[in-house]
Amino acid sequence: MRDFHRQFDLEKLKNSEFFNSPVDVNRCDANCLLSDLKDMTYIRKVENKLALEKKKGNIKGPVHLGVGQEAIPVGIAKNISNKDYVFGAHRSHSHILSLATDLRKFFSEILGRSEGLSKGMGGSMHLIDKKCGFYGSVPIVAGTIPIALGAALAAKIQENKSIAVSYFGDGASEEGVFHESLNLSNILNCPILFVCENNLFSSHMFISERQPLSSIARFALANDINFKIIDGNNICEVNNAANELINWIRKSSKPAFIEAVTYRWYGHVDWREDIDVGVNRSEKDLKNWKKRDPIQRLINGLKSKDLFDEERYIELSNNLDSEISIAWDTAVQDPYPNAKESNNFVFK
Amino acid sequence: MNKQKVNYGEAILEGFNFLLENNPEVFVIGQGLWSPWYVGNTMTNLEKKYGKNRIIDTPVSESAVTGAAVGASLCGMRPIVVHPRIDFMLYAMDAVVNEAAKWSYMFGGQSHPSLTIRGIINRGGEQGAQHSQALHSWFSHIPGLRVVMPYSVLDARDLFIASVLNDDPVIFIDDRWLYDETDLIEKPKKLVLSEQGPKIISSGNDITIVGAGFATKIAQECNLKLRKNNISAEIIDMRILSPIDPSLIIDSVEKTQNLVVIDGGWKSCGFASEIITSVLEKIDPKKLNNKPLRFCLENTPAPTSNKLEEDYYLNSYSIVKKIKSLFN
Repeated sequence: MRDFHRQFDLEKLKNSEFFNSPVDVNRCDANCLLSDLKDMTYIRKVENKLALEKKKGNIKGPVHLGVGQEAIPVGIAKNISNKDYVFGAHRSHSHILSLATDLRKFFSEILGRSEGLSKGMGGSMHLIDKKCGFYGSVPIVAGTIPIALGAALAAKIQENKSIAVSYFGDGASEEGVFHESLNLSNILNCPILFVCENNLFSSHMFISERQPLSSIARFALANDINFKIIDGNNICEVNNAANELINWIRKSSKPAFIEAVTYRWYGHVDWREDIDVGVNRSEKDLKNWKKRDPIQRLINGLKSKDLFDEERYIELSNNLDSEISIAWDTAVQDPYPNAKESNNFVFK
Repeated sequence: MNKQKVNYGEAILEGFNFLLENNPEVFVIGQGLWSPWYVGNTMTNLEKKYGKNRIIDTPVSESAVTGAAVGASLCGMRPIVVHPRIDFMLYAMDAVVNEAAKWSYMFGGQSHPSLTIRGIINRGGEQGAQHSQALHSWFSHIPGLRVVMPYSVLDARDLFIASVLNDDPVIFIDDRWLYDETDLIEKPKKLVLSEQGPKIISSGNDITIVGAGFATKIAQECNLKLRKNNISAEIIDMRILSPIDPSLIIDSVEKTQNLVVIDGGWKSCGFASEIITSVLEKIDPKKLNNKPLRFCLENTPAPTSNKLEEDYYLNSYSIVKKIKSLFN
């Protein structure tokens, strides 16, 4: 198992001082990368908006921000369609945003308003938009892993060619049901992509305080599941791994596993960078990880090949800012759910 | 009318056949489904008739299997999860309590886990504390779950069919101590689960006795013995424990002015307490001839030794003795 770790450069991937060079853009289509840059910038801006509004006290519930992790869902999203079944967890804004959900409804949900994606019944931690292929996110760690597996089982029984995508973090691999699900997915031949966003932290605990080895893909190996370990802050790597494995899943009706190593810039919950659920974070690590920014590294890569137009990016950035503020200003006007009506949601 | 004599176990099997023949979206998943040993006569040869892709015997993974059934139910399927012993189902509580029960509510009624989880009570015979539990009260505490506990042979089939065809998560609890009960029943009838509730299965004027599942069988035994002593009991079979509808019981107690609840689960925070409270909230206790009585399991795990089991589980003899004392 230690050889396995050396083989995949895991110690390096974990180390904040490596993997900060520009993305090698030759490995992907240039137009595709420009669209990825837009999508990642959009997600970053939406989540930073949430951080700001949370800080101002305008959002009452908890928000688990994934700033710094944008490359992963953007790379996955373009390889699936709204006929597939995507499930998330507590840190899933980026997952649903990558599927082009309605931004005003997204904000409305986070504000607990009845126009929201979950009719104001879920908030940030319970998001759904089946039209986009997003079938639900919940904050019980590993809770949706078997559920996504069941969606894949349904696709297999119905022979409808859909696949399931299950997003989770490294902490989820410490839950028993994760292991049951990997085993079951292979034994039942379920078309599912497991995506582990290994951001090295579970709440305030670093991975070495929780697991004897830091790779989560070792559990895929243990269950004979096809896997890839990638730099999750390199959009080209995500694109290529997602493309290859998703094609393979559709062809074989078998599970596959991506472990994308990444880092979240904010603490476990809400807007503070310096404190993680009461525990101070290493300033040096955070600084280093910001050098591994998936957006800046893509910009650097594009620049090195003269593919980056600074003016156009500024214009894009301004357009996104105004789109986001219009959506927010609309959402804050939305009404709250009605107590009597919401009781009807208990049963169909 | 074409009536056919079947036992409780065969009635469940008829329910499976009806569902699998008429509903392509129904599939069955759980442990022991390909073995006659785990589920009695309730699933005989289903995998041969409908294929192992629809009758899925699984690894020992209650949690992932139940979670997967929740997921499949969100994507157009109607899974039936089978836990041959309800005790093992406790591994699946996240899928049941956190996910299935709350899913519709959390997402504003836009997504419904239309699955049925069949938990079998299998106890006695010196099986001990972890092969014995009746946990209907537990599940009934959770909003969002429908809890069904059939006593009659007819209900074992028709409430099972209704549970699976319902779009909410249903906990369907059947009891192996009922499998040999027989009855003459007609062809399967499609009932709407949300319209089902408690039923008077024997009318009487002196005392109301409420039971669910196997406890209703004990209530019926009490009924026969009490009638020999000129005590006319009204027996109410709960059938659906959650959401609870106590109106029929309240009406009955208005008439009999006596209430007894028999519950095969533990006493504390149990179904018997719920029934008694629901009645006393509506009827002035002063109007009752006697304080309400509940017969439940003592608050200890189930013992192993046969000698201890005899005292631990409920029997009609001691209940009848107590009830008779009220009328002396």
